[in-house]
Amino acid sequence: MSAHTLDKLIMMANQIARNLTHEADPVTMIADHIKAFWSPRMIQQITPVLSETGSARLDPVAHAALSRLVSQSAHAT
Amino acid sequence: MDTESAPYRPQPDLGTPAVAGAATVTLSIDGREVSVAPGTTVMRAAALSGGSIPKLCATDSVKQFGSCRLCLVEIDGMRGTPASCTTPVAEGMQVHTQTKRLEKLRRGVMELYISDHPLDCLTCSANNDCELQDQAAAVGLRDVRYGYEGANNLAQPMDISNPYFDFDPSKCIVCSRCVRACDEVQGTLALTIEGRGFDSKVSAGLASDSFLSSECVSCGACVSACPTATLQEKAVKEIGKPERSVVTTCAYCGVGCTFRAEMRGEEVVRMVPWKDGKANRGHSCVKGRFAWGYAQHQERVLSPMIRSSIDEPWQEVSWEVAIAHTASELKRISAKYGRNALGGITSSRCTNEETFLVQKLVRAGFGTNNVDTCARVCHSPTGYGLKTTFGTSAGTQDFDSVEDSDVILVIGANPTDGHPVFASRMKRRLRKGAKLIVIDPRRTDLVRSPHIEADFHLPLRPGTNVAVLTALAHVIVTEGLADEAFIRERCDWEEFSHWAEFVSLERNSPEFLEPVTGVPASDLRGAAKLFATGGNGAIYYGLGVTEHSQGSSTVMAIANLAMATGNVGRRGVGVNPLRGQNNVQGACDMGSFPHELSGYRHVSDPIARALFEAEWGVPIDPEPGLRIPNMLDAATDGLFKAIYIQGEDILQSDPDTKHVAAGLAAMECVIVHDLFLNETASYAHVFLPGSTFLEKNGTFTNAERRIQPVRKVMEPRNGYEDWQVTQLMAQAMGLEWNYTHPREIMDEIARLTPTFAGVSFARLDAEGSLQWPVNDGAPDGSPIMHVDGFVRGKGKFVVTDYVPTDERTGPRFPLLLTTGRILSHYNVGAQTRRTANVVWHPEDLLEIHPTDAENRGLKSGDWVRLASRAGETTLRVTVTDRVAPGVVYTTFHHPVTQANVITTDYSDWATNCPEYKVTAVQVTPSNGPTDWQEKYEAQATRSRRIAGPQNAGQRGAMEPAE
Repeated sequence: MSAHTLDKLIMMANQIARNLTHEADPVTMIADHIKAFWSPRMIQQITPVLSETGSARLDPVAHAALSRLVSQSAHAT
Repeated sequence: MDTESAPYRPQPDLGTPAVAGAATVTLSIDGREVSVAPGTTVMRAAALSGGSIPKLCATDSVKQFGSCRLCLVEIDGMRGTPASCTTPVAEGMQVHTQTKRLEKLRRGVMELYISDHPLDCLTCSANNDCELQDQAAAVGLRDVRYGYEGANNLAQPMDISNPYFDFDPSKCIVCSRCVRACDEVQGTLALTIEGRGFDSKVSAGLASDSFLSSECVSCGACVSACPTATLQEKAVKEIGKPERSVVTTCAYCGVGCTFRAEMRGEEVVRMVPWKDGKANRGHSCVKGRFAWGYAQHQERVLSPMIRSSIDEPWQEVSWEVAIAHTASELKRISAKYGRNALGGITSSRCTNEETFLVQKLVRAGFGTNNVDTCARVCHSPTGYGLKTTFGTSAGTQDFDSVEDSDVILVIGANPTDGHPVFASRMKRRLRKGAKLIVIDPRRTDLVRSPHIEADFHLPLRPGTNVAVLTALAHVIVTEGLADEAFIRERCDWEEFSHWAEFVSLERNSPEFLEPVTGVPASDLRGAAKLFATGGNGAIYYGLGVTEHSQGSSTVMAIANLAMATGNVGRRGVGVNPLRGQNNVQGACDMGSFPHELSGYRHVSDPIARALFEAEWGVPIDPEPGLRIPNMLDAATDGLFKAIYIQGEDILQSDPDTKHVAAGLAAMECVIVHDLFLNETASYAHVFLPGSTFLEKNGTFTNAERRIQPVRKVMEPRNGYEDWQVTQLMAQAMGLEWNYTHPREIMDEIARLTPTFAGVSFARLDAEGSLQWPVNDGAPDGSPIMHVDGFVRGKGKFVVTDYVPTDERTGPRFPLLLTTGRILSHYNVGAQTRRTANVVWHPEDLLEIHPTDAENRGLKSGDWVRLASRAGETTLRVTVTDRVAPGVVYTTFHHPVTQANVITTDYSDWATNCPEYKVTAVQVTPSNGPTDWQEKYEAQATRSRRIAGPQNAGQRGAMEPAE
C-alpha cells in the first residue's frame, strides 16, 4: 500500500471524526459510519496506524472508533 | 414499450391554455354539449367538444391574445361576433362556430393575411404542415381580391444565423406567438415586435442583432409556436416533413423532458417537446430540442476494439471476439488477484435497466461489491443527507409543485443553465409574485434577469454553505419563527431541541459568521425571516451544495431548515435536489453504490440480501465494496486490476486527473463501453461501442423520481443496445441471463425493490410515467413525499457543525476556484461538443473579477496559467463582476482545458463526493499550454490510433478523426 493511500484513509477517518464529534456518542457514530461505507480492506489498511506509539496522525475519537471496529472484527472471527 | 411508432401528425392544439378546476360549466357548441372548468375559453371548449374554430394567433402554450380575428363566433344573446379565444364560457351558453356570416368575415381576414404572404406553398418546407395553409383551406379562401402588387414584405432577408433554425420574415404573419412563447414559456423575453402597422416585424433584440447574437437561448419555443415556415428547423428543410413519430425521454439533464422524435425513415427530422410530458409540459431547451446530432457524428465508434497495451493502436474486432476476450481477461484477473481486484462503474446516462444489469454483473458475476456510479461525484451527499434526515434518498416534490411556492430558495444551483426547462417554470412562478432567495458565490442569471429579481442574493464565499444555512437557522430559532406545531407532530422533539440549542449559539449568528461567509448579516437575517414567514417555502439545490467537503452536512442543514419551518409534505414546499444527469436518480435507485442494493438497502441487511440471492442464485458479499476514488487508490497500490466502465468518462469528470490516470494506467484490463473514444478510453484495453438513447428501450428516472419510458426510434448503429452488451459479457462469464427485452429487467427490479413493486412497462405505456414509490402503499405513485409523516418515522434534526475545508487560500494560491456548467453544454461535453452547440461555447473560459484581473494585468481574452496545489492548466479569461473578488469560476466541458488537473482530492466527509467547488488557485498571465497539456494531448492522440483491419498484421495505424 502506498503512503498516498494510507494518508488518504487517515484523512478520511479524521474528517468523519471532525464532522461527528458533536454527537452524543461520537465513537459509536464514527465506527458505524466506517463499518457501513468502507470496504473491509480499507479498514485493514488503516489498522497499523492504531498501534503507532505517540502518533498524532489519527484524531483520538477516530482512533477509538477504529479500535472498536478492529476489536469487534477480531471477536467476530 | 417497443418503438410504438405512429404516423406523423401535428400535436393537438386546443387553442388556449387549460384552466385548473372542475368541469362545472356546461355550454353548447354547434349543438354539442360540453362541460369545462370556469374561466375556460369558448375556443378551448369548442376544441374539447370535438370542433375546430379557425385560428392563427392562438395556441394552447401561451395566453390568448385576440389579434388575428379569425376565431370569431356567434353567441346567442351576445352582440356582434366575439373572438372565441378571449371569450370565457358561461353556463348555458349557445355558441355557433360555423355560420355564413362567420365564413364571410373569416375569409376577409384570411384574404388580408395571404395578400402579403408568398404563394410558394408547393415548394415551401412547411407544405402540408402549416397552420396558415390549413386555415386558408378551413375558411374556404379561393381568391385574393387585393392582388399581389404594391407594398409587401416578401423580399425580407432570411436570418440563418442560428445553427438549428431559420427565421424567414417574408413568411411571417406577425401573430406574436413566437414573442409570447419567448416571454411566457421560456421567460427570456428575447423577442419583440419591432415597428408598427404594416412595418411590424419580429425582432430578436436590437435591430443590429441576429438570432445568434441576441439574448435568444435557442429553446425552440418560438419555433414550436410558429404557425408558418417563418421559424422552422433547418433539418426540416434539409430532410423533409416527418412521416412517423415516437414519444421518448430526453437523455440530457435530470429534468427528463418528454419529446416526440419525429422521423423520416431511420433519420430524426426533429425532436419536439411533448405537450403531455409531465416533467416539461411541452417545453424544451437547446440541448434536448436540437443537440442530438452526436448520434450520427463521424467520431462515433461502431466496432468493438481491443489491444493488449495502451501503447498499441486499437484493433477492430467482431463482437464475438471482443466479448470472449473481455470475459477471458476478467476471469484471468479474478483467478490471479482475487474477485476484489475487479469492479465496475454504472452510468447516470444509461437506462435503469442497463444500470441494474451492470451492478448485477459486478455483484453476481464478478462476485464483489466494487460497483459505483458517477453519482459519486455529484449527488451522493443527497442520498446520504436525505436518507438520514427524512428516510428517503430522493427529493420530496414533483416539478408542478413550484406553482404553489411562495418563497423559493435556490442554493448552489444555476437552473437557467443546468436545468433550463425547470428554470422556465420557476421563473413563471416568480413573475407571478413568488419571492426568491439565491445563495451562490456567483451572480447567476436568476439573481437578476428580465422581470426577475432576487429579493436576497447571499454571495457567500465558496465552502461556507453550512455556516450560512446554520446562520439562517439561528435567526429562525432565536426569533421564534420555527413551526413548533409541525415539529412536534412530525419530528423527534428531543433531537430538535438539541439542534435548536446548537444553532442558537452566538457562534452561529449571522454577525459572528459574516467574516467567514462574506454574507452581510442584515441580508442573511432578512432572507431567514422571509423564508420562515413568507408562506410555502421550497428549497432547490444543485452541485454547489453537494460537491464540497461538507456536502452531506449541507444537505442535512437544508433538510433541517425545511423541517424547522414546516415546509415538507405538501405542494409548494420541500427539498428538491436538481439532478445533473438524466438518470442520476435512477442510477442511485438501481443499487449502483458499493454499500447498497437497489432501493437503498444496505448489503449487510440479511433479509434484502436473501431476496437477491434467491433471485440470482449466487451469494452476495455482505461487506461494502470500493468507491471510485478507493478503486483508483487500490489500483495504484496494485490491488485493483480490472474495471468495466459504462457511459462514464472518469478521466475527464473526476477530480485530480493525474491520480485518475495513474490508477487507470496501473490496471490490466480497462473496459470502456461508450459512444466515443473518450478521455478514459486512452487508458482502455477493450472498447465496446455504446448505443444512444435514440437506439434503445428502457426507462430513465428524473429528479422528481419520475420513471419515464425511453423508446427506440432507430436501430442501434453499433449493433446492440447497451443492456444487450452487458448481457453478452455476463453470458460469456458463465451467467445464465436470457433477457429478451428491458421490460423483463424492469420486472426483476420490481420483484426485488419495494419502491418499484408496482412499476411495469405496461403501466408506463398506459400512464406515461410513474413517480416512485409505486407499491401497495402508493398504488398510483408518489408525486409528493412524506405527506402523512416522514418515511423514517420522525424527521431527524442533525447538528451540522461548520467544519472549514482543508483547502485554504494563502500567499501562493490566493484565489478560490469554483466550477459549474453552461446552458449549451452538458457534463464533460462528449455529446454537445459534437453538435453545433459549440457555436455558443467553443472553449472553457475562466471568469475573474475586474479587481483581480487588474491586479494581474489581465483583460478578457488573455491566456492565463491556472495553478493549484494539484496541478496547472491554461485557458483564457473573461473579466466579469458576476464573480466576487477573490473568486474565479470555470466550466469543464472541454477536455483540452483539463480543469480537473487543478481540482484536489479533497471530498465530502460522508460520501467522498469530490470538492469540485473549492480549490485554492493562482492566476497568472501565460503564453500557451502547459507541458502537462501538451504531453496529455500527445498521449491522447497516440492512444486513439486505430489499426486498419486489413493491415492488422503490420500494425499499420491511422489517426482517428478526433
